[in-house]
Formats: sequence, C-alpha cells, structure tokens
Amino acid sequence: MYSITGLTKTYATKERGTISALAGVDLEIADGELVSIQGPTGGGKSTLLQMLGALDRPTDGSIKAFDHDLAALSDAELTTIRAQSIGFVFQHYNLIPTLTAAENVEAAILPVNSGGKVTAQARAERAREVLAQVGLADRATHRPAELSGGQQQRVAIARALVKRPEVLLADEPTGNLDEAMRDEIWDVIETLHAERGLTVVLVTHDTAIARRTPRRLRIANGRLTELD
Amino acid sequence: MFTTYLRRELSGRRKQTAIVAIGMAVAIALVIIVNAFAAGVRDAQSEALASVYGVGTDVTVTQAPEAGSGGPGQGGQFQFEEGAELSQERLSTGMGTTAFASSDLATITDLDGVAAAVATLSLENSSFSGEVPDQSATPQNGPPTDGSGGSGGPSSFSIDRFSVTGVDASSDALGPLTTMAVTDGEGLSSAGDTDAVAVLDSVYASEVGLAVGDTISVGGTELTVIGIATSTSGEGVATESNVYVPLALAQSLSGLTDQVSTVYVQATSADAVSGVADAISTALPDLSVETQEDLASSVTGSLSSASDLASSLGRWLSIAVLAAAFGLAVLFTVAGVNRRTRELGTLKAIGWSRRRVIGQVAGESLVQSLIGGAIGAVVGLLAIIGLNLASITLTAAQAATAGPGAPPGGGGPGGAGGPGGAAETTTSAVDLVLHAPISPQIVAIALGVAVVGGLLAGAVGGWRAARLSPAVALRSIA
Repeated sequence: MYSITGLTKTYATKERGTISALAGVDLEIADGELVSIQGPTGGGKSTLLQMLGALDRPTDGSIKAFDHDLAALSDAELTTIRAQSIGFVFQHYNLIPTLTAAENVEAAILPVNSGGKVTAQARAERAREVLAQVGLADRATHRPAELSGGQQQRVAIARALVKRPEVLLADEPTGNLDEAMRDEIWDVIETLHAERGLTVVLVTHDTAIARRTPRRLRIANGRLTELD
Repeated sequence: MFTTYLRRELSGRRKQTAIVAIGMAVAIALVIIVNAFAAGVRDAQSEALASVYGVGTDVTVTQAPEAGSGGPGQGGQFQFEEGAELSQERLSTGMGTTAFASSDLATITDLDGVAAAVATLSLENSSFSGEVPDQSATPQNGPPTDGSGGSGGPSSFSIDRFSVTGVDASSDALGPLTTMAVTDGEGLSSAGDTDAVAVLDSVYASEVGLAVGDTISVGGTELTVIGIATSTSGEGVATESNVYVPLALAQSLSGLTDQVSTVYVQATSADAVSGVADAISTALPDLSVETQEDLASSVTGSLSSASDLASSLGRWLSIAVLAAAFGLAVLFTVAGVNRRTRELGTLKAIGWSRRRVIGQVAGESLVQSLIGGAIGAVVGLLAIIGLNLASITLTAAQAATAGPGAPPGGGGPGGAGGPGGAAETTTSAVDLVLHAPISPQIVAIALGVAVVGGLLAGAVGGWRAARLSPAVALRSIA
C-alpha cells in the first residue's frame, strides 16, 4: 500500500526557526494492514498522517502509494487520490453542522461522481446503506448537533467508507469519546478491517486502543520506530 | 447537493444572510429609485426644452444682442410728444432678440451633418394708447418694469403687448410648430406666405377672448384668426408664442425683410450634434450657437433642483450605499470562510476540488446578494409607484438672454429705453409633473449590480477558500 523512503518535513516558524516534523522516515505498509502510530504531542504523528493522506507534500523523500509518488503529484492529482482512494476519520469528527447525517455522507461521494453518472437518488441510497452498516439507519436525517459523540464519529466513519477507499486514515478517532463509545468505535473499525480487508492507519494517544492493533509504531522527534 | 448545502448554509446563519441581503436591498432600491428619478427628470427636461425649442431640435442658432442693446429691438420706434394723446402700434423684435439675415439658413442647411433646418422670426407687438406723461413734471423714477404701463406721469396710458412668431408653415417637422396642434380651425400651412392670417395660442386666445374668424391687429394690420393651437404638453399650457403668422408676412409687417431671429437645426445623428454646432460657429462666427446640452443648463427652477439632486446627491448616495453593501458582502463572506476553515478544509480533505469549494462559497454569496437584489427591486419599484402617485410638479424656468421667442415681459414703453448694459434676460416657466419611468432595463441593471456584488464577494471569499490547504485547515483544530 505505502512505500515511504527518507520522508522529511520541515516547517519554518518565526519563533523557533525551522522545525523538523519528520526526519527521514522509512516505512512500508502492506495492503490490509491495521497499524497504529503513537507518540508524544508534536512528535510528528499528525504530519505523517497528512503525508499518508495526500494532504501535504514532504520537503524531501518519497511516498509511493496508489501507483504514484505522492510527493511528485500536483494539487489536482492529490485531490483526485483523496477523493477516490483515501478515507479520513478525524478526532473532532469534522461533520458539516448544517447537513444531516446522510447528507454528510453523500458529500464524500460527490467528488468521486464528478462525471455525474450517479444520480442523486442513488447517492442518497448509498449513503443510507453505509449509515446502516455503522448502525445509524435511524439517524440519517439527524444533524450532527442532534447526535452523540459516538454517533457523530460513526457518521464520520460512514463518510470515509462510502467511497469504498483503499485505505482508512484515522486521527485520534476515539480521542473525544468516553470509554464505552471508544470501544464502540473501535469495534466498528476492527470489523471493517476484518470483513473488508481494509488498510487502516490509526494515530492515537490511547495505548489501550493501540495495543489492540497487530502492528504498533511510535514516532517521536520526527523519527519512527516499531514497537513490539 | 449544491443547492441543499447552499440553502442550509444560508438558513443556518440567518442573521448574517439578513444583514447582507438588507444591505444589498437598500443599495439596489436606491439605485432603482435614483435611476428612475433621474430618467423622470431627464424626460421632464426634454419636455421642457421641447416645449420651448420644439421636438427634434439639436442646435439653435440666434444672434447674440450687442452689449447695451437691452432696449427695444429692431423694427421701429414709438414717436412720443410729451402730453400728447396718441395710439400707436409697433411690431419689432422682442427684448434680447436680434434678427439676422435669412440667407444664413441656407448656409446652415448646406453644412455636413445637418439633416434639416428651419427659421423663425420672433417679434413683439406693442400697442400704446393714452396720454404721454409729462416727464418734466415727474421725479426721476426708474423705468417701469411690469409692462402694465408707466406710472411716472400725471396722465395714464396703457400698453398692450403680445408675442408674434413668423414661422415657415411648410416646415412643421422642426421648430415651434412641432410642440403644438391646431385644435380649432386651420393651420398656417393652408394659407399663402403673405396672407393676412394668424393662428393663436389657445391660452392667449381665451385670455383676450378671440376665436376663429375674429381679427387681431398685428403691426397695424388686421389679420384673420384662422386657427387656435394648443401645446402638445397639455391643456392650459401656453405655447411659445401668443400669435403665429407666416414668416414672410412677419418679415413684411415688421419691416425686417429677409431677416430671421432663430434657426432650429436637426443633426443627422446624435453623434453629429457637436460637429454641426462647431461647423455653424465656424461658418457664421457672429451668431450664437447652442446645443440641447447648453440649453438644458439654462433650465432653472425646481426641475433644475431635482436634476441636481438626482445627478449629485442621488448618484453619490447610491455609490456610497453600493460600496458599503459590497463591502459588507465581502466582509461577511470572508468572515464566513474564516469561521468555516475546519469545514472547508474537511471538504478539501475528503476530495472536494478547489473549483467545487470556490463554487460553493461563491454560490452562497451570489444567492445572498440576489435575495437582497430581489427585495431591493420590489422596494424600489414600490417607491417609484409611490413617487408617481404623489404627482410631484416641477417648474422649469427657461432663462435666456437671446433665446428665441421670449414671451412678453418687462420693460417700459418703447423709446423710453430699457436698462442699459448687458442684454435683457427673459424667462419662461413650464410646470411639469414628474413621472419616474419603470423600465425593465432599470430592474435588470439593478439585479445585475446585485449579481456583481455577489460575484465580487464570492470571488474574494472563494479566493480565500481556495488558498486553504486541507492540511493547514485540519491542523488548526488538531
């Protein structure tokens, strides 16, 4: 899935000069793997996830994925890859507050359907189908403010999955949830991985969640290490 | 999805949408009102000018009076002997009017860009009867100015004045004949060039109690009234002259053979007007040439005030309110984009293209402005309807120093001499009801302005949204 070599990302700041968020990271992630990345705040977790998610380009190094070197692609090409191949789940859910759960899910199909081949009705059916898969069939017309944190995160997962991505990238998906909801979301992610063979990369502070993943990585000071 | 998202966003932030829409509505309503008001004033100005100079006239040519020639015009003098009883009648050019050679008409007609030209001779008929006051027994008063007769001497006398215009009846497509219609009897075109006939203005005819078939004394000759003419501006509105006679007859009666006082010129196109005016000035440097634009500047009274109001205050107020509305729209759109950094960044992260994000932001801004524009258009149209129902009457006072056909007015009896110095200024006033036209064009322009405002705000907001990096957008809340 991913073949990363010498990945470096530096930021220029006024206060602290140049900061090295990633310092020559090498990483291989196979198709269908479930990987967790842990590390201290400011260690480089989110930056690595942005590189994996084609949200940003590295300062140096290469990220080979989806038959491309993401470091060499244009903004438009990266947008296409995000639209078709990558599903995101965010710590703060990042749902559009004015849209219903179903509409939030539909919003992710739009860019995949740029040619307009999928009708609005088919899009709505597909959104409801995926919501049903995450146990929210009866909440399709609810707006985010009318849902609990766990339900909102499940809507976010449905939004990530509705386009049938090759990889699911989750940034602290349980960070805002209590223990019961955390387990609920973990169960959804684990089931999706097990049933669909979906590649999942999980950034988390939560050691309990990280320990449930088959492969654990740690990143600190921009350097990546494998954990037992 | 686009419309659903757009609708939800606008209804989700009602307060902001309402502020931008109201701002735009006020601006658009103002644009519509000011434009309609200005168009109404323009129409009124054209009507006022047409009532004086005739429809279709682009340029008028007159002879500027020489300095100090403010007294009686050409054509003869009264002969007074103090204390004598007398009754005299004189037909001459009026105050501030000077005649010039009618051959100048041919010169003008031959110029490039001239479609048509017609000449008239504006005269004033004065009749004096009574006893001439003994000036030696009277303190030195100023000359009488009200035209009703002198007051200086111990004896009384009366002066009767009316204006007479000699017209070329065969050219009724240009000049004063275009602003009137014969409502009783016949027009001058049915008479010969020197027939002793006259057509009377209906207002003047009713004042002096004359009708078709009666006679009127002009320059000491009895003329038969063959027709009564009414101003095309409406009932009760006086035409430019009290009496109209054939041009050749007017020249003959006044002794101004081969003389005219005004030439009305029509250019081949609006673009040619300026060139024609210049050409006439060059060919006939002694004559005074005025275009419609020059003439419009001589209109005073409440019409002039309304024109100033529309062109200065109204225009600048519209621009200021429009700028404020545009600024408000841009400000709120940019603020909205800043507030929605996470939202727009998320959309980019899940694959929304830059174009789709910009389209969404610009679309919201455009619809917001269009809502304001539509409300503004309705408010503006209602205001115009109210304005028209109010039937505001404007007075156009036409001041002229040498203009054609100035109606009879001030001055003492001929021969006594008017005030010296500059040429006399004469004035005619026309009352006009302001009608602000409601045209689809104005509404379209106003809505176009709203679209421009929306697009401007959308462009700025969209540009800001386009610059958002999905990574930075997400990092800001991580």
